[in-house]
Amino acid sequence: MKLTQGKINELLSESACEHNHKKDGKGKNKSCTQQAQPGAAQGGCAFDGAMIALVPITDAAHLVHGPIACAGNSWGSRGSLSSGPMLYKMGFTTDLNENDVIFGGEKRLYKAILEIQQRYNPAAIFVYSTCVTALIGDDLDAVCQTAAEKTGTPVIPVNSPGFIGSKNLGNRVGGEALLDYVVGTREPELTTPYDINLIGEYNIAGELWNVLPLFEKLGIRVLAQITGDGRYQDIACAHRAKLNVMICSKALINMARKMEEKYGIPYIEESFYGVEDMNRCLRNIAAKLGDPNLQQRVEQLIAAETEKLNEALIPYRERLKGKRVVLYTGGVKSWSIISAAKDLGMEVCATSTKKSTEEDKARIKELLGKDGIMLEKGNAQELLRVIAQTRAEMLIAGGRNQYTALKARIPFLDINQERHHPYAGYDGLVEMARELDEALHSPVWEQIRQPAPWE
Amino acid sequence: MATITTLKKSVAVNPLKQSQPLGAALAFLGLKGVMPLFHGSQGCTAFAKVMLVRHFREAIPLSTTAMTEVSTILGGEENIETAVLTLVEKSNPEIIGLCTTGLTETRGDDMDGILKNFRKRHPELDHLPIVFVSTADFKGALQDGYAAAVEGIVKTIPTMSPAAPLDYYPSQIVVLAGSAFTPGDVQEVKEIVSAFGLHPIVVPDLSISLDGHLGDSYSAVTGGGTTLAQLQSLGNSVFTLALGESMRGAAEILQKQLGIPFEMFPQLTGLGATDEFLQALSDISGIPVPEKYRHQRRQLQDAMLDTHFFFGRKRVSLALEPDLLSTIAQWLLAMGAEIQAAVTTTKSPLLKQLPIETVTIGDLEDFEQLATGSDLLIGNSNLAPIARRLHTPLYRLGFPIFDRLGNGQRCTVGYRGTTELLFDIGNLFLEQEEL
Repeated sequence: MKLTQGKINELLSESACEHNHKKDGKGKNKSCTQQAQPGAAQGGCAFDGAMIALVPITDAAHLVHGPIACAGNSWGSRGSLSSGPMLYKMGFTTDLNENDVIFGGEKRLYKAILEIQQRYNPAAIFVYSTCVTALIGDDLDAVCQTAAEKTGTPVIPVNSPGFIGSKNLGNRVGGEALLDYVVGTREPELTTPYDINLIGEYNIAGELWNVLPLFEKLGIRVLAQITGDGRYQDIACAHRAKLNVMICSKALINMARKMEEKYGIPYIEESFYGVEDMNRCLRNIAAKLGDPNLQQRVEQLIAAETEKLNEALIPYRERLKGKRVVLYTGGVKSWSIISAAKDLGMEVCATSTKKSTEEDKARIKELLGKDGIMLEKGNAQELLRVIAQTRAEMLIAGGRNQYTALKARIPFLDINQERHHPYAGYDGLVEMARELDEALHSPVWEQIRQPAPWE
Repeated sequence: MATITTLKKSVAVNPLKQSQPLGAALAFLGLKGVMPLFHGSQGCTAFAKVMLVRHFREAIPLSTTAMTEVSTILGGEENIETAVLTLVEKSNPEIIGLCTTGLTETRGDDMDGILKNFRKRHPELDHLPIVFVSTADFKGALQDGYAAAVEGIVKTIPTMSPAAPLDYYPSQIVVLAGSAFTPGDVQEVKEIVSAFGLHPIVVPDLSISLDGHLGDSYSAVTGGGTTLAQLQSLGNSVFTLALGESMRGAAEILQKQLGIPFEMFPQLTGLGATDEFLQALSDISGIPVPEKYRHQRRQLQDAMLDTHFFFGRKRVSLALEPDLLSTIAQWLLAMGAEIQAAVTTTKSPLLKQLPIETVTIGDLEDFEQLATGSDLLIGNSNLAPIARRLHTPLYRLGFPIFDRLGNGQRCTVGYRGTTELLFDIGNLFLEQEEL
């Protein structure tokens, strides 16, 4: 995939994205093209995003073509888990030196691909370009093509220099690489009328494993996991699925939309967080697959799971009832987690709407009630101010704000990609309840808020 | 005399090294009220920040000039200006530490020119030191970036404005703490130096910024560290103690610019190394070694007797940055252990002098091959999967350590720190024998 300005614009003005209010394709959508602000930006780059989207493919090697910072400062740190191959956890990089920067890095890259193929025999090699290799003009696509022909192993170029934009754009760049080089390159051994793909679920902390058993019980087959605990060959067969299920993310919506265009696979957008969303997800899948028997099985499963869940949640609901929390997280999760918190009887005083679409915001408003505060932007100071103002007892946010809360002596729960506990599905809600309870009721809070006797 | 080798290969697998800007950021974080600023794409900052947060379990101030495709083509001057002005408005830093990255070094931004123009356009910010350091990602490693930042600090600040009217101590000395020194190590060094009636200014002083302590209010910049006033008064110091070979450059700058003589202490772990340090402090101060340390020395001697059974002829494999590698290798040899493999990240004059056969500048793939069959591995958390595969115990040291708590306060220097290290590693050996 050549990365041209046209391609970037196309990804930034993705017509299926609800952030985009200019769906006629003219002009770029404001929220996606907002540039990082010097001195204020906090997020990752497009390279980071591309890796987040693709590294969960566990049997592939992921080779970073760039200087040491890009891979050396990040490898092995992503929370996607694998049920089998561990190759994805290895950090491969061309680790460019000054000479490469002056004379070009293509030769080193070509040799690096060959070495990886010989020593590790991966199912495929994803090769990521970075700012420096884009700037010195290395021809990633040509090197990958030559290396693929030489080795007989798929070598996929991912043109993801960090400076083209945000993590979100990088996700889409990753998705484009899958569309252009992987999906549709292989035929599955068998297909069933109940084949679906999961898109945008990265199996952080093993969340997928809370949900896959449900699908199995219902007789729904997950053909390709894109990309959590994914296998290369499965994704190559993804074009034969009957339905694409996008999870909790607009990030890979370009994949869903283009697969609909190209292969006629419809897609739905769902979430695995909270009872209500999990129920809706299963119902929508069954409805889309159009099998009344399946729908009936779904209702039975929901009834059984809900009963089991209510039983398991009794002690937690008592302890969490009426607790006031501030939520700071992105996109779909902002309403998805509110709904999970409400399931547990908690009161959400404020939530972020920075990355939410208009549709998300409408739902948030409904869920929050009239006193709820919608935070458009939130740096650490702003968050602390809102927590104080609303007399909230806890912050639920991404790892970036963990120390904002803890240093202010406020209980905290990590909800983003660095989290260590799976919160998806019915079992995930129990896990979340347990974690919330532990965080809120830890005996340390009283002790650390106590002044020293001499103060 | 060791031979330095680099394996011929085109791909680094499981890199041991981190980038120079990350090292520079770590050094800057030992100054009070600092905001390190990476001149690069926003990802450069995000990755470094995540690593530092995972290691120290602290909020880490770190910002970006957020270079885009367009600004890369046009040049980064505007981004630097906007970033500095935004930081001044939002975080009100006392010092800004500006580091280049691979992106802006490849592009070739004229940083001297950019900073000169900035000063011309913004005389209102003349009081704000901007310490610039060139830290290309495609050269060196964390230790080099850290050393470059310390050099930048001592070169820029003491000469920038006249010494502030700080309390004047005739016994003021500079302590340059290299990247091998943790906040806990720096704390120990400060206590030892102060025990001789000396007034140390530690550059950088991580012991009060990244040690992990609960402050009273939120701060967007570092809440502790070497203060600007201390840095401005460096010229009043009578002597420099340079801890770690990588601090030699900074010590030489202080000698050349401010006429402060220095002495190098490549390591402070082990009986002999600590003896030399304390003797030097006693010579400088004219004060005999305090009883407290004489007693600690006896404790260390006793610990060495208790533990030597377990260290003797043990084969240990190290994956550490040069300063720390050299320290630990020499200390282990002095305990009767053998070095099976020594893998490091970057060049250093120390490596050649090590009394072992070879030192490999390489990655953890090299390390895994070389370390097979050893009794103990020493290195960062990325060695954990290797230790599992090789069924060999791992002692975590270096950076990053994300699967152990308390990295801000660990101490392996002085008699006390060495004793703790002996017991920690001795217990690992002991445990193996009991299996």
